[in-house]
Amino acid sequence: MDNSIAHLKLTGTQINYYFLCQRKLWYFAHDIQMEQNNDAVYLGKLIHETSYEREKKEIDIDGTIKIDFIGKDRVIHEVKKSDKVEEPHIWQLKYYIWYLKQKGVEGVTGKINYPKLKKILDVVLENGDMEKIETIMVDINRIITSPLPPVVNRMKICKSCSYGDICWV
Amino acid sequence: MKQNYYIFNNGCLRRQENTIFFEKEDGTRNVIPIENTEAVYAFGEIDFNTKLFNYLAQKGIPVHVFNYYGFYSGSYYPRETLNSGQLLVKQVNHYTNMRHRLALARAFVNGASFNIVKNLRYYNNRGKDLGEYINAIEGYRSRIEESGAVEELMGIEGNIRNTYYKAWPTIIDCEIEFERRVKQPPDNMINALISYLNSLVYTTCLGEIYHTQLNPLISFLHEPGERRYSLSLDLAEIFKPIFSDRIIFTLLNRQQITNKDFMTEVNLCYLNESGRKTVVREYDERLKTVITHKKLERQVSYRHLVRLECYKLVKHLIGEQEYEGFKIWW
Ligand code: SF4
Repeated sequence: MDNSIAHLKLTGTQINYYFLCQRKLWYFAHDIQMEQNNDAVYLGKLIHETSYEREKKEIDIDGTIKIDFIGKDRVIHEVKKSDKVEEPHIWQLKYYIWYLKQKGVEGVTGKINYPKLKKILDVVLENGDMEKIETIMVDINRIITSPLPPVVNRMKICKSCSYGDICWV
Repeated sequence: MKQNYYIFNNGCLRRQENTIFFEKEDGTRNVIPIENTEAVYAFGEIDFNTKLFNYLAQKGIPVHVFNYYGFYSGSYYPRETLNSGQLLVKQVNHYTNMRHRLALARAFVNGASFNIVKNLRYYNNRGKDLGEYINAIEGYRSRIEESGAVEELMGIEGNIRNTYYKAWPTIIDCEIEFERRVKQPPDNMINALISYLNSLVYTTCLGEIYHTQLNPLISFLHEPGERRYSLSLDLAEIFKPIFSDRIIFTLLNRQQITNKDFMTEVNLCYLNESGRKTVVREYDERLKTVITHKKLERQVSYRHLVRLECYKLVKHLIGEQEYEGFKIWW
């Protein structure tokens, strides 16, 4: 793999935010985070703590990616609260698979678990995904190293986003 | 919304397991719902222990302490959890670079004096003849943009405040003795009220700064070090006319606060317990009052306006949007 991409050390959250909202990505990368005391966040934490208790949780790899848990047959799992915006979740997992692959771990697939909805989504790397991930990584780097957060128009998700107050005030 | 917890009695504040309770001198206990507490205000003679402070730190709850006379003595400000190195560097830069600092200092004076004029206009429209004061203040305001140094700006601010205070005997219906602002110590009822309420506004601002990445020690209009958390003083300028002054006018005009709510000792006037309770009740109500925010298009409380002001400062510091002090629109 290209060295310039390897050193970027992007986290799953950054990949997730890239698809969710690029302003949020920028703020987050600059340590401008909103306080985590709303009920939604609490619920998220609770789901994490009470679901799949038998499995070993939160596997930290290189301090870069954090996998919720690893199941049988090299399946990595990501636990999410709601499937309202699936794309960010899917790409977060694809990125993990890509990451493990470039470290020499082949044959990994992923599952997104929505315990509250009793729903599971399978994720695999498809043709062209490798290249797409590398393009995304370069783009993320461009966004977070730029001096200002990108301009984004108000979206539907803004309504429930904890950054709304800083974005639109 | 989380609540402030005000303690007027003497007693001790303790942690036991995962609850905090206040034990009065007569042995009765009140449990403080910690998950729902924004800040603790200690007006009585209160004993604290370390265990308690550790717990409050964990929950991010500040304690504001007031002395026997009800004057603010200081805050226990828990360790900060929301830090951003890059933002801190920017905040420092905006202080050290005179042009940047002036821009922010001007915005504070501009917003504060706008809100002052708004108060005067409100009473002017209700039959109090305040035109002369309004004109004088508008005159000073027109000099804000040309001011070339923070000291000059402070001078303009001082002139605006003096003129404003001269208008108070016209605004306030009852017989009052108030010629000028005396801070330490307050020498009459009005000064006592101003001191008391301003310290409440200061603690509110401090509490909101705590929930953001801003560093409370670095300020722009006030000199850092003037008071420990001088950024609070900057923010308080904007909100004093809305939170503090309006309450004073209302309480006095409705005669909810009268002579008997004060104690006077040689050259020292302060609120007694019943006076403090009335003021705090009114202040607390004000913090909870909601208005529709034009830009956010949703309801926000007065207290949340302070938080939003912090966010606006963050945006200014990162260069995203120029800061403009909050201007009251109602
Ligand atoms: S409020 Fe909207 S624009 Fe702002 S970070 Fe959230 S989703 Fe992005």
